[in-house]
Amino acid sequence: FFSDIISTVEFNYSGDLLATGDKGGRVVIFQREQENKSRPHSRGEYNVYSTFQSHEPEFDYLKSLEIEEKINKIRWLPQQNAAHFLLSTNDKTIKLWKISERDKRAEGYNLKDEDGRLRDPFRITALRVPILKPMDLMVEASPRRIFANAHTYHINSISVNSDHETYLSADDLRINLWHLEITDRSFNIVDIKPANMEELTEVITAAEFHPHHCNVFVYSSSKGTIRLCDMRSSALCDRHSKFFEEPEDPSSRSFFSEIISSISDVKFSHSGRYMMTRDYLSVKVWDLNMENRPVETYQVHEYLRSKLCSLYENDCIFDKFECCWNGSDSAIMTGSYNNFFRMFDRNTRRDITLEASRESSKPRAILKPRKVCTGGKRKKDEISVDSLDFNKKILHTAWHPMENIIAVAATNNLYIFQDKIN
Amino acid sequence: MAATLGTGARAEESGQEKQDMQEKETVTPERAEEAKLKAKYPNLGQKPGGSDFLMKRLQKGQKYFDSGDYNMAKAKMKNKQLPSAGPDKNLVTGDHIPTPQDLPQRKSSLVTSKLAG
Repeated sequence: FFSDIISTVEFNYSGDLLATGDKGGRVVIFQREQENKSRPHSRGEYNVYSTFQSHEPEFDYLKSLEIEEKINKIRWLPQQNAAHFLLSTNDKTIKLWKISERDKRAEGYNLKDEDGRLRDPFRITALRVPILKPMDLMVEASPRRIFANAHTYHINSISVNSDHETYLSADDLRINLWHLEITDRSFNIVDIKPANMEELTEVITAAEFHPHHCNVFVYSSSKGTIRLCDMRSSALCDRHSKFFEEPEDPSSRSFFSEIISSISDVKFSHSGRYMMTRDYLSVKVWDLNMENRPVETYQVHEYLRSKLCSLYENDCIFDKFECCWNGSDSAIMTGSYNNFFRMFDRNTRRDITLEASRESSKPRAILKPRKVCTGGKRKKDEISVDSLDFNKKILHTAWHPMENIIAVAATNNLYIFQDKIN
Repeated sequence: MAATLGTGARAEESGQEKQDMQEKETVTPERAEEAKLKAKYPNLGQKPGGSDFLMKRLQKGQKYFDSGDYNMAKAKMKNKQLPSAGPDKNLVTGDHIPTPQDLPQRKSSLVTSKLAG
């Protein structure tokens, strides 16, 4: 079981299922163990529930473009029946997968025997009714819809609408609206491609539907701006309803300013009142009613500001970190380097740095807070900025929708941490 | 050569000057890093994060190989994996059919061209 680099992590609406996508196009779904009196310690553990190959590598011969099988995003659909549905996407194609359980099998068919071989019709002398017998649980994943050929550029986001019927997909320059039942058509709702590509100044970096208002969505750009659009105002939402941008201090502008202001992730709060954006060095919380500046700014790793030259040389400055809210919107989490991840409590303004690594995480051990030393004397237990491992990046994290359980992807390992019980 | 040194020296000097006049203004860490970068790569594009950089981002995934050869080889192999190029990936010769994995990583050429301007 070769484990590839994890490229996306997502809890479903109940938090009982956790899906991960990897660079090899595979999806692995974990399920939370039910409370079991005979194994009290296993309550809350996540075990593998289903594994399937979602996307395969492809080659676009016309454009001589390799299409990676890497899963960029997974989004769950709200559960409507016994089966679970999720959308998974690579750079070009979105697929709707149905994950269903089978724990019964019919036996006693008339026309075929137990091996599946057809019975000789002349040998059948009596008619019987097949009966359902229990069998070992089998979890099957099948592709129900394939939404292809709608994106010229690379898909960076998908978002299921609160109407549970439509979803959006965004690439570098365009956003499309789909109906979950219809695969041969999609509506283009945002197009920022300039007539002359020489005039291109920004690209779309992320997009998301509002959690309650099915006509509202936002998209972020590489220039650090967020646009909120209302689909009721016009069919093509090239003109935004709201434009969020923090004014820049002109005296601090440098070669790196635009690059580090590029927003790598945007997430609405569960309440729908706020949204959070992640740029290279910070996380910002915006009130949807205030466009001219964020209401809260949290520094993730400000000590990297004096390392921007080498981070540009090794491309790390282009790393796309994600961020997430906890269920009550009172805390936010995002990743950093050296397998560190950061959590911020919005009420107490306290923050903590934790590490996801084998050495520091034994089952049921409590995580120790970490600290990066930025200059002067390094205290014992602190790590200096120069010893940080920039290859160990935590780009993807997820928070259980209701409980204090978090999933952290560290390269090709998945860590699940829980709040200490009792 | 002289130009490179000159730029570097000038950045250093202005840095010093600025640090001397601390009550007026200080060099931000970002500006210091920018000076470092410009000293190393003086031909770095005038438009930071401008269209050149964005165009390269949009073109990610561009590879050149013979798809006909690749598919013929894949068909012959059926379920078996195509042999990869071995330790020295640059020497793809003889019977070996290049696979997408063998092609030089796009990332490295992106870095070179980005810094060479």
